[in-house]
Formats: sequence, structure tokens, C-alpha cells
Amino acid sequence: MNIRDIPKAQKGDKLFLLGNEAAVRGALESGVSVASTYPGTPSSEIGDVFSAIAKNSGIYFEFSTNEKVALEVAAAAAASGLRSFTFMKHVGLNVAADSLMSVVYSGVNGGMVILSADDPSMFSSQNEQDNRHYARLANIPMLEPSNPQEIKDLMKYGFQLSEDWQIPVLMRTTTRVSHMRGIVSMDDLDKPKKEGFFHKDPTRFVPVPEVARVNHGKLIEKIEKLESEVNKSPLNKVFHDKGDLGIITSGSAFNYVMDVVEENDLPVKVLKLTFTYPFPEKTVLEFIKNVNKIMVVEEVDPVMEKDVLAVMGKNSIIKKVYGKLDGTLPLIYEYNPQIIRKGINKVLNIESHDKTPKKGRNLPKRPPTLCPGCPHRAVYYSVKKAIADLKLEDVIFPTDIGCYTLGIEAPYEAGDYLLSMGSSVGTSCGFSKATQQKVVSFIGDSTFFHAGIPPLINAVHNKNNFVLVILDNRTTAMTGGQPHPGLPVDGMGDEAPEISIEKMVEASGVMFKETINPLNIKKSETVIKKALKYPGVAVVISKYPCMLIKSRGKKKNFTVNVQEGCNECNICLEELSCPAIYRAEDGSINIDSQLCRKCSVCIQLCPENAIKVQKINK
Amino acid sequence: MKSYNIYISGVGGQGIIKTSIVMGEAAMKMGKPVVMSEIHGMAQRGGVVSTELKIGPARSPIIPEGEADLLLAFEPLEALRAIKIIDNSGYVITNTSPIFPFNISSSKYPYPDINIILEELASRSDLFALDAWGIAKKAGHILSLNMVMLGAAAAVPTFPIDKKLLLESMKENLPPKSLSVNLKAFEEGYQCVIGGK
Repeated sequence: MNIRDIPKAQKGDKLFLLGNEAAVRGALESGVSVASTYPGTPSSEIGDVFSAIAKNSGIYFEFSTNEKVALEVAAAAAASGLRSFTFMKHVGLNVAADSLMSVVYSGVNGGMVILSADDPSMFSSQNEQDNRHYARLANIPMLEPSNPQEIKDLMKYGFQLSEDWQIPVLMRTTTRVSHMRGIVSMDDLDKPKKEGFFHKDPTRFVPVPEVARVNHGKLIEKIEKLESEVNKSPLNKVFHDKGDLGIITSGSAFNYVMDVVEENDLPVKVLKLTFTYPFPEKTVLEFIKNVNKIMVVEEVDPVMEKDVLAVMGKNSIIKKVYGKLDGTLPLIYEYNPQIIRKGINKVLNIESHDKTPKKGRNLPKRPPTLCPGCPHRAVYYSVKKAIADLKLEDVIFPTDIGCYTLGIEAPYEAGDYLLSMGSSVGTSCGFSKATQQKVVSFIGDSTFFHAGIPPLINAVHNKNNFVLVILDNRTTAMTGGQPHPGLPVDGMGDEAPEISIEKMVEASGVMFKETINPLNIKKSETVIKKALKYPGVAVVISKYPCMLIKSRGKKKNFTVNVQEGCNECNICLEELSCPAIYRAEDGSINIDSQLCRKCSVCIQLCPENAIKVQKINK
Repeated sequence: MKSYNIYISGVGGQGIIKTSIVMGEAAMKMGKPVVMSEIHGMAQRGGVVSTELKIGPARSPIIPEGEADLLLAFEPLEALRAIKIIDNSGYVITNTSPIFPFNISSSKYPYPDINIILEELASRSDLFALDAWGIAKKAGHILSLNMVMLGAAAAVPTFPIDKKLLLESMKENLPPKSLSVNLKAFEEGYQCVIGGK
């Protein structure tokens, strides 16, 4: 299947869809008019699909500069009566949280769905925060799908719910749901409204304290009324209705529970909660009354478990509750069928006979690394070389979020401190004030637009002293190559004004600014040395496209080889550490022609001039 | 009734996700329920990539240790790393041409000898080992390695998806200009395992 087929499928057709793809189909079936995001795993493919299909589907889609802007674009569209969809990874919702807290006060006219893709076990994230807390923090209704079909169906339900109650709806997925593929049945598409109209109402949309006080009261009222709706919701229902152990579960955890329970037809009732905030207290109370023991199975924090205990407390019910709080299940990381089987067996006093194979041998790890020919590798090499030449010690390398975070690995070891998107620049300000150590920090192009500009202005204004290297590889590489404001193309695939990083840096008041081609090692080293000596904020912009884009479709009629003269000094192997350079069994150093991208960096740094270009004779 | 569980493992860039989608869509065409799990993002930069498929009745695509019916390994070290997933009565198909981790020269543990890998795999399962890289190269392009592996999987006696539907699914999922090479690669992989029986 091609993702362009997603809007073409007819009612009744079945497609084998990724959860993220199903979210797009669900939005299309709901007549969504506006969609916005900042890419982040595990939600990125939603944007990739919208980007491919928006134009032909009559939808406006954008890759916003960051998640806060994305949420604001969607909020304004929904205030104007259009249906809007904004989606992001879990930590993206932190960025958007400021506006999230207010949009629930003012509410919406058109339906608005906010999707947060959480990442239990942190496959590609800096933390595993559980965004179900946001439902409670913001007082926003929440839906939790378990598979792609449910994602699609809940998008439709969510838009209607949002419109009926004039409040945005939060859809919480996890990696295993967003990146699960399954068979999804199509329904009819709904035509998007072309144009909205904003009816002014400052007593609703402008939360000055006087208005906010009133609106908070109205929000609480709305949520209280919604409780009766959630307690009647057929989305929360009982499966495998036999036995005296009652399991309450949601999301991906439901799948594990059901597979374990059905496999051995265990004496267990399962309550699947899908409409999970406001918490369906009455539904849960009825369920609890009919069982002797209760188990709560959820990822990641014991959110529902505490709610279940509260329901029991309010109703003076004393029964044993198994879950995270009593240690039956682990408190962190994602679950899997084994963990759940072990947990349920423990509660049911069934002996676990897991097929535990003997411990295998120790194997070499295979960590991810920068691709062969990646311009980031060349920059790291030059920076380390410049620092060594100037005999600087204890240099601090604040880094940021993107492929270049892989610079933490040996031999570069150029990643010492990281908090979140854009934190390289803000923390450089702190380090340069708090210590006498030299600070060299790294940020990518897309991350610079996302959250790097305000801290750069801060740095200049507060007279900081550090080197900022902006790694401009002309794409949002880590998430799959989405465009950003520095490129002449937008999320719709249309031509767009290109925002110059150079000019942004200049306008921020930076007095030292130089652009380098990172593949030119000598020139790069000279510029970086100059920057290191500069007293103040020095910005070096390393501009070269990501090799994954650059090498598409281009064939070069030469190879790079190690020829006579190599004395095995190992500089290319140990200091550059390109995956294409390897030591053969006979001890000689070689270049893998399949992997080599012919970036020529190794040629420049070989002290013996033994690495050479060789023409391919046709 | 139990689902047929397939664990596919290898290195980023080998076409593992595409292969899994071809399988999954073919299973759907057969009218079988199918669920699949894939990992995107950070894992793709030369790191380990794996997918899991369950064909038959299952809600979660995640396969518990010791419960895979087929382990399809695109790289021998990754076959060994994933061996715990395989059922004692399951099948393992592995490509024998290694991809060394980029930092292998500084690794605490060396890359195991290929014969030791194969011995260990054979001691745990019914093993088919093939040089998928060499076969792909001969078929016309090394990137058709994933279709060599798919062809090999299709020849496993327990494999639940019709060969015809796999070919149909390949046609729908692969670029038309590389289809003939891919079909050849598939057939070579298939014959390799059928012939090895």
C-alpha cells in the first residue's frame, strides 16, 4: 500500500494500516479541515501522511515551528468553527502545555482533537512521562485506543464529542499503538469545511483574570456533566466476563491482558477503559462490586490505580487491589505479555512456567550511529581537533535533540548535557556564567527554529561567552526528513519563503557568525579556532545537506580507497570512526565501497595521503 | 487456535519493515487476522531493527520469549541476539553475511565466528542458513536481500501465507522498476530453502 491510497479507499475496504496512518484516515472520515504538528517519534508518520495527501484532500496541513504553535494553529481553527487536529510526541505536549491549559477554558466551536503519542521504555525519547496526567492537569476529556482500528474510530468519536461539548479532546497513544499495524475497515470520508468564521466573544476567548475565574468554574461544570456521559459510554466495556478477579486496563496493556487471559481461559473479568477521563467512577464501581479481587494494568504511572482506590475509598469498599502500588507489576517501562502473564499468575496463585531459556553468550552491541558521510561527523572531528590544537581542557558540550545527539558516543564524546529541545543554548548560558570552562554547544537546524532562538537572544543580551555550532543539514533528519522554516518548501509541498538561519543569528545581535562547509576540514578547523578565541557569543553555522537526502539518485563515478602508504596510524579508524572504514582480518585498513558516501573527509585527514580517489572505468 | 508468530530482525536499512508489510498484507488478502509491531526513529541509524507479526487470533503483536514460530534474521549476529524468541519447535532462517557493528574494533566482546553462530542456532531450532547478500547481488541488486529472505520464509513448511499472495503483495508494495530483480531474488531465496530440505 502507498500512503497516498489512504484517502482513496472506499467504505468497506480493508487496509493494513499503521496506527499513525489510521489516525489520518479517522481525521479524513471526520471532515477535518486543519492539521498541524511538529514531527516527533512515535507520532511522526501522521504528519508524513498529511503532507502527502492534504492538498488533494482539501485540507490545510502544516509542519509548525514547534508544538505550541501547532496547538495554537489548531485552537484558532476550532474557535473559528473548523474541525482541527494537532498531534505530537509526549514531550511535545510539554512545549504546547501553556496554551493547552487555556484552550480548555475557552473551549472550541469546531471539533478539536489533540493526539499525544507517549513512549514507554523510551525507544526514542528523553523521558517516559505519562501524559494521562495532562488530562487531569488540564481537565480535558481523554480517549485511549488499543489498536489502529480503534484509533480510526476514536478520531471520529473524539471530533463529535469535542463539538458536542465544545472542548478539545485528548487522544493518548503509546509507541506500541502508534507503531502497531493492523487491519482497518474504512468508512465514508466527510468533506472538510473550506472556511471558518470567528465570532468575537472576549468573555470566552480572552482569559484575563476576570474571565478566567468564570471560565474555570464553567470548565469544572462541563467535566462534571461529562462524567454522566462517560459512565454511560459503550467504549468502556467488560470482556471475558467470568471469574472473581477483575482487571481494569486500557491502551496497549489491554491487548496483553486479553492475550494472556484468553490463551488459558483464566477466571478473570476484564474491564477495558477507552474513554478514561473524566474517570468513569460508576462503571468502575459496578465492576468492582462483582469481583473479589481487583488488578489494574496500565502503562506507565499508577494513574487509574489511584483513581480505583479513590472510588473504593469513597464507597467504603475494602478489597485487595493489585497493580503497581503493591509491587505486583513494575512501576516503570512498557509492559509485554510476559510481564502481564507473570503478574496475573501471581495474583491467581498459578505457578509460572515461562519458557526461560538458558542465558546466552555476551554479544557485541550494535548501537545506532551517524550514517557514513554524515556532515555532523565531520563537524565533531573538526571541533575536537581545534580544541586539541588550542590545548583547551574541560570543555563542556551541551547538545540538543536530533541525530547529532549520537555525538555522545566515542570517539567524539561531544554531548555532555541535554534537557529538551533547544536546551543546548539555554544551558550554555548557564554554564558560561556558572563556570570558567569553555562551552561549545550543538543544535540542529529544525531544533534551532523550534526552541533555539529565544535562548540565543538571551545569550547575547546577557553577555555570555560560548560557541554555538548550528548543524544545518537542511532537514528534520531524525524523524524522517520533514521540512522546516529554513527550507523553501512547506508541509503542503508548496514553495515557501525560506527563513535564513544566518539572518536570524545576526538579528539576535550575535557579532561573530561564520558559515562553514563541514566537509572542508581545514577551513572548518580554522573557523572553529577563531570562534573558540572570540570573547562572547560565537555562532558557527555548519551547512551541508543530510546524506540521506543528498545521496538520493546521484551516482559518482569514483570510489575512495586506501592505497599504498598507509602506515596504520588509525586516525581515520579511531578519530573519525566512519562506519564505512574498517580493519580487515589481515589487519589492513579498508573502505567499504557499499557504505562509503564519498564525502572525502577521510582523504583530507589521512596524514600519509594514503586514502585516495579512484576513477571507475566504465 | 494459536497465532503464527514471526519475529524479523536485522540492521537498519535492510528493508525489514517493507518485508513485514508485504507479509502482513498478503496475510490480510488470505482473510487471516494479522497484527504487527514496528519500531521507528532512533533505532534506524545503523542500529538493530526488528518487527513482530502475529497471523491468526491475537490482539497484541508482541511475541513472548520462546513463542515465535519463525525467526527471520537478516544478519547472523542479530539472529543470535534474538534467539530467545524462538520456540523449540520453531524455525530459524538466517542470512550468513555479517554486518559488523561500527564500533566492533573497540567492543568488549568480539563478533562471534559465523560457524559458532550457526551451531548455536541449529542447537535451538530447525535452521536454514543462506548467503542472502550473495544471492541478492547475483539476482541484480544487493537491496533485494529482503526479498531473498522473504522467499526463504515462504519455503518454510509451517509458513502460513500462500506464495501466490506474497508475490501479489510484492507487486503492490515494491517500485515497478525494481520488481523483476526482486521477484528473481524472492525465487532464489525460496529455492534455496526448498532445495536445502
